[in-house]
Amino acid sequence: MTYRIVHYTNQFFAGLGGEEKADLRPLVRPGAVGPALGLEQALGGEAVVVATVICGDNYMAENLASATEDVLALIREHNPDAVTAGPAFNAGRYGTACGAVLEKAAAVLKVPVVSGMYHENPGVELYGRNVVLVETGDSARGMKDALAKMAEVTRKLLRKEPLGPAKESGLLPRGIRRNVLHEKSGAERAVEMLLARLRGEPFATEYPMPTFRRISPAPPVADLRKATIALVSSGGVVPKGNPDRIRVSSAESYGAYDISALEDLTPDIYESIHGGYDRIWANVDPDVVIPLDGMRALEREGVYGKLHPVLYTTTGTGTSVAHAERFGREIGAALREAGVDAVILTST
Amino acid sequence: MTREIEAAANIPVVQIATIVPIMLTVGANRIVPGVAIPHPVGNPAAGPEEDRSVRRSLLLRAFTAMTTPVTEQTLF
Repeated sequence: MTYRIVHYTNQFFAGLGGEEKADLRPLVRPGAVGPALGLEQALGGEAVVVATVICGDNYMAENLASATEDVLALIREHNPDAVTAGPAFNAGRYGTACGAVLEKAAAVLKVPVVSGMYHENPGVELYGRNVVLVETGDSARGMKDALAKMAEVTRKLLRKEPLGPAKESGLLPRGIRRNVLHEKSGAERAVEMLLARLRGEPFATEYPMPTFRRISPAPPVADLRKATIALVSSGGVVPKGNPDRIRVSSAESYGAYDISALEDLTPDIYESIHGGYDRIWANVDPDVVIPLDGMRALEREGVYGKLHPVLYTTTGTGTSVAHAERFGREIGAALREAGVDAVILTST
Repeated sequence: MTREIEAAANIPVVQIATIVPIMLTVGANRIVPGVAIPHPVGNPAAGPEEDRSVRRSLLLRAFTAMTTPVTEQTLF
């Protein structure tokens, strides 16, 4: 069968104009236009570009949410088996547009999506986890090579073939780790890496350190005496017996427990299961990790409004950043829903 | 977790823990240094009275942190 592809491009690569046409609203042309011609050629008859959707970079950047919806509607009419975009090289507005369109197309249409970008394109940071991106050079001089790589990856995805490790398939990493059997143990590989480093030879880490994003601080609590405060902890303190079987390390879940009837965390009802610190003191009195008795005392004194009835807790040792961020998003959404005003989060 | 709760709920999240550089690295905005890794909000070895008193003062400091406007990562 011949697969159907819809391609997204901007006004410039579609040959409609430069910056003076950057306000162009989304429109669709039948068949392959601009880079889609080369892409179709590289696909060698296995797939055809049935339509090309075009939008001006400024229009997209200034109306990202609505323009993405409009573009998606145009794509959808052509019932594609895969959606491609770009390549955007190091063009920031274009990369962002390609990423936004493809992320949406993947989520809604559930079809493979492929683009190409230079590793520093802001579209990589924004959408690179959900969109398959081939690594390209920083300018359109690399067009032919980029389209060949995009065609190769699109073909694999359409045939439902595995892509393989990013660096071997010319892709920008999506942050996916898969287990593989290696002939050498981790210890041997680590020592080899160290020796290479000492000799000044190139080496590649198998586990890059995460880079953490920053957020601007939330506004302060306006009136503490009326505030509802929630307790959250990564200190591994859970109801005795660990009913939700939260892992002692590398947690993939958290617990939410009703503490509305509790005045004090005593060892007969709560315990620490954390695998990353000496639990002796926490198991004599779990309040040294989750300060429930102190919060109740201050609540009775009217220093603050009231304690939120739900305690959120997990273990924070060896826990992956991705899981911890997910816990945070989910807990944050629940607290917002419940009208909580502030959180005290204790960590060991 | 601290950062994502704050981002999702848009409410101040005060983190009390012992290793300040880690809290700075992961992006906590309001930080109260705790007592020790195995007992961040208590000092049980110093006896029950001191234990409760240090817990109370850390919580009061956390209240100060959550009611103070900040524009960048801040230690209280």
